[in-house]
Amino acid sequence: MTALDLLAAAALLVGFSGLPGLLLPPGSAAAQRVATVLHVLGCAAGAAAAALALAGDAVTVRLTWSWPPGTATFALDRLSAFFLVPVFVVSGLGSIYGEGYWAEEHHPKNGRKLRCFYGVATAGLALVLVAGDAWSFLVGWEIVSLAAFFLVTTDQDDAGALRAGWIYLVSAHAGTLVLFAMFALLRDATGGWLLAPSDALGASPLLRPILLLALAGFGFKAGMIPFHIWLPDAHAAAPGHVSALLSGIVLKLGIYGLVRLLSMLPAYPTWLGLALVALGITSGVLGVVMALAQHDLKRLLAYHSIENIGIILIGLGVGALGMAQHRLDWAVLGFAGGLLHVWNHAAFKSLLFYSAGAVIHATGTREIDALGGLFRRMRFTGAAFLVGAVAICGLPPLNGFVSEWLIALASFRALTHESGGVEMLGAAAGAPALAFIGALAVACFVKAFSAVFLGRPRRPDGKHGAGDASRSMRFSMGSLALACAVIGLWPTGAAGISRRAGEALLGTRASPIANADLGALGGMPLFLLGVITAAGIVAVVLTRKAALTTTWDCGYSLSGPRIQYTASSFAEMLVGMFRWAVLPDEHRPRLKGPFPAAGQRFETHTPDPALDRFVLPGLSRGKSLLGLLHVIQAGRIQAYILYIVVTLVLLLAWSWSW
Amino acid sequence: MVNSIANLLVVLAFAPLLPGVIGKTKAFVAGRAGPPVLQAYYDLAKLLRKGFVVSRTTTWVFLAGPVLSAVAPIVAALLLPLGGRPASLSFTGDMLLFVSVFALARFFVAAAAMDTGSPFEGMGAARETTFAALAEPALLFGMLALTRLSGSLSLTHMLDIRAAGAWQKASASIVLILASWFIVLLAENARVPFDDPNTHLELTMIHEAMVLDHAGPALAFILYGVALKLTVFAALLVTLLIPARSGGGAFDLALFAGGLLGVGVVVGLVESSMARLRLVRVPQLLVTATLLAGFAVVLLVR
Repeated sequence: MTALDLLAAAALLVGFSGLPGLLLPPGSAAAQRVATVLHVLGCAAGAAAAALALAGDAVTVRLTWSWPPGTATFALDRLSAFFLVPVFVVSGLGSIYGEGYWAEEHHPKNGRKLRCFYGVATAGLALVLVAGDAWSFLVGWEIVSLAAFFLVTTDQDDAGALRAGWIYLVSAHAGTLVLFAMFALLRDATGGWLLAPSDALGASPLLRPILLLALAGFGFKAGMIPFHIWLPDAHAAAPGHVSALLSGIVLKLGIYGLVRLLSMLPAYPTWLGLALVALGITSGVLGVVMALAQHDLKRLLAYHSIENIGIILIGLGVGALGMAQHRLDWAVLGFAGGLLHVWNHAAFKSLLFYSAGAVIHATGTREIDALGGLFRRMRFTGAAFLVGAVAICGLPPLNGFVSEWLIALASFRALTHESGGVEMLGAAAGAPALAFIGALAVACFVKAFSAVFLGRPRRPDGKHGAGDASRSMRFSMGSLALACAVIGLWPTGAAGISRRAGEALLGTRASPIANADLGALGGMPLFLLGVITAAGIVAVVLTRKAALTTTWDCGYSLSGPRIQYTASSFAEMLVGMFRWAVLPDEHRPRLKGPFPAAGQRFETHTPDPALDRFVLPGLSRGKSLLGLLHVIQAGRIQAYILYIVVTLVLLLAWSWSW
Repeated sequence: MVNSIANLLVVLAFAPLLPGVIGKTKAFVAGRAGPPVLQAYYDLAKLLRKGFVVSRTTTWVFLAGPVLSAVAPIVAALLLPLGGRPASLSFTGDMLLFVSVFALARFFVAAAAMDTGSPFEGMGAARETTFAALAEPALLFGMLALTRLSGSLSLTHMLDIRAAGAWQKASASIVLILASWFIVLLAENARVPFDDPNTHLELTMIHEAMVLDHAGPALAFILYGVALKLTVFAALLVTLLIPARSGGGAFDLALFAGGLLGVGVVVGLVESSMARLRLVRVPQLLVTATLLAGFAVVLLVR
């Protein structure tokens, strides 16, 4: 049995894991248990298959059948396996998390639907990742898009979720449409549907349009700015473990598609690398700035996904510039860092969504400024969020540091080469951009973590007395926190795996390169952890006789929890600096005296600048114009078929006349 | 290696001297006697003997702030070449760890400030994280330029630009980096014109506001960390500037120590000669620092 067979079995098991539950009555805990067990078994098998494939050689299977296009090709190489690992890990853990988070007894109306489509989405992800030709790729792509729509709209009575779902569905299909065009051109350039390295592609005049279409089409899925319009609402509306799957995994399909296309290129044009770096910096900086402006915990995390997609793109772009310059040492660092960030983001972002979900589950609100002081009640969840927060900021000794270290080092490595010019500047921009993004992320996560978990509860009423997350939720959070720590503390292992996966991008030109730079990571984080622990012990010894008192407030007695700095005040300066990009709504009342009159409130709202400022107003303005088309849109299907026939005849006539 | 560690220990021991030098300089300019040069040592000794008081609002995060604010500069000092010796710990890409440990410390110091629930400390934390975000790219641009000049990816060789003959090749870039990094030094260490370490209880301050609630040994950790961080950033500048080297030994160490004290005097003179900037002006100065360093890179890459 090859790894591919095992994977097929795993995908079937996961894909149908929700079906038996449909036969049981709604509200039955047994239905959920069956689905979870099947799902976890399938994910374990899938992860094993991916691990086998990471260690072994590529497997390709070609099935022949009479339906078009005649053959279906499936290929499992290291690159596919590398992306498959987080799919199965996060999906499996999410299903366990769902036991506590979306328990069937509390959600009899939609629990079965959720688990059904959760399995289907996972199977679809696996299909995309092993697709060896454009057809199977697009079939899997569509399965994921549709299943994700049903997952986002799990709560079909929630108007916000439905709106988010529709926006997602439209954007996903806009992206798919672009991909149809891209794959059609790709077939022209390579002469086939196969997604395999092609020398013809490099020489084709279609190369530039293909790459541009791919950037747009995959950009929609990845949530690259300005194609991110669907992302914040969908992530915020979906249940916690679905948000984790969307953010940690589904976005990465866009990255995978791009990487798969890059692996087909015989040579990298310089403009492509520059474009990737520029798009990456834009997404990275604006993503984190928009995150800073959010009041909704899950929307904040969603914007951070845009930021991290930006970091991955910077890595790929710096790597592509290295390839354009034929500098493998620099390229390999960029690619390895970009790919490793795919794993890392899957781990820490899912962890953050799980712990945010636990907070929302316990308190019933996503509003950051309504929370506070939860660390005392939810020790485990708070610690899990803290691990995720430190990791996502790219700080040692956790995993985010490792991938960002690799990407930044690629920038530095680029400058050790003699040549100069725009490629160099493009590559050099990577490291300072990462530093800026990382420092902004520190600001954003200090804000999010402390406003939610530290200080005193801002709203003493309601469900603030709730306890910590359930055992299944704690298990999923704990596993991911452990993953963040393991990759962080044993960086050479994970970096080595991502480097080997990245060899697909180096093509046939390079035999495996032993890269000494990777080894430098070695014991560094462990050493740092040791130093911190030692200092922590010293501190505990020195301060063990602590006396308790109230917070000192410069002579005033602390009047209440409302005096605390809120998340909005914390971010105010940075949001103000980036007002031109965030475009926040401010309602600033005109004061007629030292105190505001009754009912006067200062409010800020931060709708998405692209969606709510441009796309939706633009569409509704265009609606009257498009209304003219109603004349031909009679609503009779016969008429539409007539249009098609007429169009075809005209096109035929046009082609004959040439 | 042994020599490097000896130099490191000297730096760790003498770090609290630097705030004293700044204080003396300011007092001299103002015509006062000023506190003794060793005042920081007295403060540390007093604080370590004291008890420890924490707010009921806080969690263990409150203690993580002081710990990391002392650990970060120690790790950074390990990575720097000090007094003409190579760094105690040197590896490819160590400059990225150098930047990251300070970011890690900033995360926890700011979180510890927020942990108290005090609006003053929240205000300080917000300002600290905001300004640091603008200062960090300047540091990275400078390091990129030094990598370009030296061809090396580790601080020990990167800062040793004399060996590459860089002063002759690219003095313009080096001057730009020095200017940019001096601004970063003032910003990162909460000195005038970014912050005024003497104004304890005003809404205008940044770093001091964050640590209002720390007491006893925890405050000692923070004060020592502040002194060492200043020393470490001064060491970056001094190592770039030192014009000659004897090949190890007491001469280099003395030259280096003299340089550090010189930086202290310059910082003191800056503080004596200008007031703190309005908060809205601070980002502009930091962006200037980033542009200066970025310009240095552009000059070198062309």
